[in-house]
Order: sequence, then structure tokens, then C-alpha cells
Amino acid sequence: MRNSKIVSLQEAVRRSGLKDGMTISFHHHFRGGDRVVNMVVDCLAEMGFKDLHLAASSLSDVHAPLIEHIKAGVISRISTSGLRGALADAVSHGLLKEPVVFRSHGGRGSAIAKGELKIDVAFLGASASDELGNACGVPRSDKAKSICGSLGYALPDARYASHVIVLTDDLVPYPNLPAGIRGADVESVVVVDSVGDSSKISAGAIRDSKNPRDILLAKQAAKVIIYSGYFNDGFSIQTGTGGASLAAVKYIREEMISRGIKASFALGGITAHMVKLHEEGLIGKLIDVQSFDKVAAQSIASDTSHIEVSAVEYASGEHSGSATHALDIVILSALEVDTSFNVNVLVGSDGIIRGAIGGHQDTAQDSALSIIVVPLLRGRIPCVVPKLTTLITPGTSVDVVVTEYGIAVNPSRPEIAEKLKEAGLNIVDIKDLAKKAESIIGTPDPLPFGDKVVGIVMNRDGSVLDKIYNIR
Amino acid sequence: MMFVPGNNPGMMADAHIYGPDSIMLDLEDSVTMLEKDAARLLVYNALKSIDYGSTEMVVRINPLNTPYGKKDVEAVVKAGVDVIRMPKTETAEEVKELEAEILKVEKEIGREGETRIMAAIESALGVVNAYAIATASKRMMGIALGAEDYSANLKTNRTPGGAELLLAREQIVVAARAAGIACFDTVYSNLDDMESFRKEVELIKTLGFDGKSIINPRQIEIVNEVFTPSEKEINKARAVVAAIREAQAKGSGVISLNGKMVDRPVVIRAERTIALAAAAGVIDKEEML
Repeated sequence: MRNSKIVSLQEAVRRSGLKDGMTISFHHHFRGGDRVVNMVVDCLAEMGFKDLHLAASSLSDVHAPLIEHIKAGVISRISTSGLRGALADAVSHGLLKEPVVFRSHGGRGSAIAKGELKIDVAFLGASASDELGNACGVPRSDKAKSICGSLGYALPDARYASHVIVLTDDLVPYPNLPAGIRGADVESVVVVDSVGDSSKISAGAIRDSKNPRDILLAKQAAKVIIYSGYFNDGFSIQTGTGGASLAAVKYIREEMISRGIKASFALGGITAHMVKLHEEGLIGKLIDVQSFDKVAAQSIASDTSHIEVSAVEYASGEHSGSATHALDIVILSALEVDTSFNVNVLVGSDGIIRGAIGGHQDTAQDSALSIIVVPLLRGRIPCVVPKLTTLITPGTSVDVVVTEYGIAVNPSRPEIAEKLKEAGLNIVDIKDLAKKAESIIGTPDPLPFGDKVVGIVMNRDGSVLDKIYNIR
Repeated sequence: MMFVPGNNPGMMADAHIYGPDSIMLDLEDSVTMLEKDAARLLVYNALKSIDYGSTEMVVRINPLNTPYGKKDVEAVVKAGVDVIRMPKTETAEEVKELEAEILKVEKEIGREGETRIMAAIESALGVVNAYAIATASKRMMGIALGAEDYSANLKTNRTPGGAELLLAREQIVVAARAAGIACFDTVYSNLDDMESFRKEVELIKTLGFDGKSIINPRQIEIVNEVFTPSEKEINKARAVVAAIREAQAKGSGVISLNGKMVDRPVVIRAERTIALAAAAGVIDKEEML
């Protein structure tokens, strides 16, 4: 083909004009199965690059090999939504000289669009691409090796990065259309053995639960939704990936059927649960920035009312068309909630980074009703506390906190508290929940934080919310 | 009544949040020999420090003829347990022995007569002696079937339909009713088969049991569903009670409702239906008056 963009990875890097100190970016649609980040950074290390800024949409356990590249000076800065596993542990102990910058998915999209996060070279894995770089996350041939569904987090990178390299494990003939990543934005296409292990896209964060505590929390969360006043025909909903929030979908479904109510759309990370409701006709459209499992990824490949959106269209606070502005209800999880309804989803009670902001800030702020589902106790760890380890989502964005010991409603939403009380739900003061946790567990010793800042938590509007210190 | 192993602090800490009527902390079969002392200490501290609200607290102790039984009684009575469940009860004498042991500890702490007893019947001899056991002590609040040991003792196996348990179940219900105490059915341990569990709960309700022993919070909802009277049953019971009150007010001896004679057993059943509905929270407790 004339104008074919196919080159080797090294050649693509040479053509990109990448220099020491520049910013490279990646998406995390293959989650625990991602192979692109490690492959590309290995290659850049071999080529002798130093001092790079790695700006991924998120990083997880599988990216532990980055530790060695950081020690060797290949990577000196990281921006991401989350960190997990050995890399997170090393960062929390002060591995990097510069703090990691954490942004929400919507916040990252906004920062890229506004040029606050300027990407020099984007390396974007795709399950299918043609020679011109029209690329997508779904299979387009019999020889397809992978599937990740929506490429929503990669789309701002594709559009705004100075140079875009698509990596694919299935080169298909032109035209690979429709495609989220458009050839017009792409400079090079690299064919590789594998961009990711699709069997691991639902590993890590998502659990389908038989745990009685999760089921109890899920039932309570479902009741909050049902009696909140927002459970009306045409409502919209987003759920997180915690066991309880997935289980809540089951109970909401039963109530939708019995009341004859349908949802206009479901948003966000789309799961098999949501696909099922959509296929049953209970949800009109699926607005998908990230497919959370294979069922969701397959659905977006074949169903025209299951729609891929970019992180900007999903949850940017500043983009007037972003879907979160139209969102009624969101169910979110938390590591900790404090008595002012502030939420931490990033730093564990041991002071070690072990999560991701994800769309938490974005959906909590923009939705009409945000529900945090959190057990009061996780083993010996209290989850409703007087003071958070790290502030991620301000309490002004949070409406209801559901625990197994009762439901707390933000005093700024008395009308919701009133409705839930009328429905006979156990409404409690959030301060009493914190006291209850303390009465069972006691007061934990303060964490041994050092004085080095290892992470900066950005709010979705680009302001700084909190700092994370190293743990000794 | 939900069984919770006495050596699992995580489960003990929040067993009450699922809303069982009673919780049985176990020191017997779910705790290995090596952990008996540790479990006793844990259960003691759980009873002393955790706010279980209005949930009735039961502890299953080890038999008194083991090295642990008496220490168990001492610990749990001192911790203020509501009910001691006596395992593998076969004779009235054993109950009296336990009663004496409880009284000894109660006297020590000045809490005489507060601790009640539940006897688990888990052998052929126990079934034969069910009435004697049920009436052996004023503290006896209920008797319960332990089906695993019982069916082993019968030299048979547990089957899905539970034919092997039929006589024991009926004998226990009859003995409990004759003694004027409560009766509880055995556990159902296959958590992946909720349909068969529901059938078993329906069966034991029909036989007359007051409740079911459970091993997982996921079973609570089904027990409550089966035991909670339906709206139709409640309305019928209300009509019966209203008719009898009206008749009493008029001083009339004969009562009829919708052309049918309402006699004493019908009224008793109606009152029980209303009591169950109130206990399940589907009607206001005021109605029980």
C-alpha cells in the first residue's frame, strides 16, 4: 500500500523525534494483561533514552518491571490515575525523585485537551489496525489475538499527542472502520506478537461476590437507589467495580422489572452485568469508556447502541458534552470515608498506594446522586474514620454512604434522608459510624509517614487536592 | 439461629448485622482441640465487648465430660450469655448436671437464674428421651435437632428429602410442644443449593418447628421469607381476632366468621400468625395486643 505506516518499534520511535525528558503515554485497557507499557519501555531503555515522563491512563501490578527502569533513570516521572502492586509499594517508599501526579480519568482527559498534560509520543495498543492506523479494541479478523473493547482512555492521547504510534497484534486490510483511533491522527503502526492478554482485563479490581457482607451492602445500596427519588423511568446509572456495587445491579434489575422502569443509559466502565440488562431491554444505551470484561468488549464489537466514548466525552468537568453531566446515579466504592463525607480510593490505611482515582471524582461531582458503598470494617481496618489518609473526592460531591451498620446521608441532602427514612432504611449519623468503628477496633497508631512527597492528587479541574508522603 | 465458629473473630465481630434472630457462637465442633482455650477467650471477649443489640446470644459449649466443658460454662456465664447450648444431649440427668454447673457460676457472680439452656439432640437415645430432656430444667428454653451425628448414630446417611430425620423431627416438635418450649431444626450445609434449602425450611415449618439453624447469612432471607406470614394469612388472622373480640364484647359464646365456626384452635393459630408477622417486622408490634 502507498503511504503504509508500518515500521518496527525502534524505527517508529526514531521517527517520532522522542528525546530525553519528553512525555510518553499509554492506555490501560488491557488492565492486568497489558503488554505494551513493558515492551515499549524495555525498547526505549535499550535505545538509551533517559529521564522520560510516563503518562499512563493507569498502571497496575503487571507494570512492576518499571521499577528497574526507574532505578536506571529511564523513567523519572509518572502521571497516572492509579498504581497497584510492587510498583505502587516502591513509589510509596520513595522510589521516584519527583512525585507521581494522580488524575481522575475525566481530569486526565481535560488536562490533555487543555495542554496541561502535553504528550510528545503516545504508544497505543490496539486489537486491530490497518496500515494507516485506523485502530480499535475489538477483533476485525479471524486471526485476531486480543480484545479489550472500548479504547476510551486512549482517544485523548490519539487526538492531542504530538506523535501517535499504534501497536497492534492484528494488522487488517484498510479500511478498519469504524475505529476510535483515526488514521489521520496516527504517524506509525507497529505490528507486535501481542498487545495484551484479554483474559486478564477483568482480573484485579473486579470481583463477583458471594460474600454475605457484599450482598448486604448491595441490597442496601439498591434500596437507597430505589427510594431516593431518582429511580424513575429514563434514569441513568453508573456502577463501580467493587463486589457490592456489581451485586447491587442484580437487585436494581429485579426492581426495574417489577416496576416496569427502564434506564436511558448506563455509563462508565461497562460490565457483563450491564450488558445483560441492556440486552434484556432494561437499559437503552451503553456509554462505554472502558470495557471491564470480555462480555462487555464483545458487546461493543457488535452492538451499535453500545458506544465507545473518549475520557473527555465521558467525564471531563469542562467539556460541556461529557456524559457525567447527564448522569443521575452513581455507585462508587471507597477505601476510607471521613465524617465530612470526603473519600479516599487511592492510599491504603497502611499509607501505601493501592488503588486508582478512576472516574470517582468526576462521577461523584457531576451525578445527581452519588452513593459510596463501603464496609465499616475491613478486617481490623476501620473504613469510616475521623480523618482520611488521603483526600481524593471531596465530601461536597458525595450524597450517601452505605455501610453494613447503617446508611449516612450528607446533611446537604436532607430531602434524600427524608425519603430513605420514610422507606424504613436505617439512617444514621456518619459520626456515629466512625464511633462504632472505633469502639470495635480502637484507634489505630498514626502511620509512619516521612517528609518526602511521593504523590500529588489533582482535582479534576486541575487544582491540587492533597499530597501523599512516603511511608517508612 | 446462625452458627458462627468461636475461633473466627472476623465473623463474630459482625454476625448480627445480617439480622439473625439469634447467634450461636460455637466452641464445640468447629473448633479444633488445639484452639479450644483461645476460642473460649475470644467468645468471652466477644460477648463482653461487642454490641449485638437485641440479638439473642447462644454459645455451644463442649460436653461436660470433656476437659473443656466446665471451663466453657464458667467463661460464658461470666460473660453474660443468654443461652447455653448443650451438645449431644441424651438424658435429663445431663441437663441437671449442666444446670448445677451454671448455678455454681451464677452464684459466684450474683446473677442467679439468668442463663437459659438449649439442648441439642443428636442421637437415637436423645430422641427417645426428648420429652424428659425438654422438661429437665426450668431454664430449658428449647430443644434442637443435630442431624449429622443423629443420622450417623442411626447408621444411615443424610438424604435430600430428609426421610431419615422424619421421626426425630416430629418427636422433637411434639416433645417441645408438650413441654411448652421452643424447637429448632438442624443446619443445611450446601450453600450452592438454595432451592433445596428453601424446600427443607418449608418442610420443617409445616412440621411445627419455630426456626431453623443456619450456617451462612445468605440463608437468613429464605428462612424469613418462609416463616413470615403472607399478607393473605395476616388479613385472615386479623379477621379472626377481630371477630373474637367483637364476640367477647357482646358476651356471645359462639363465634362465626364468613359462615364458618371459629373455635379455639383457629383463634390460637390466628394469634400466632400475628405474633410471627410482628416478629418479622411486617406488621406493627402493637397489633399483638
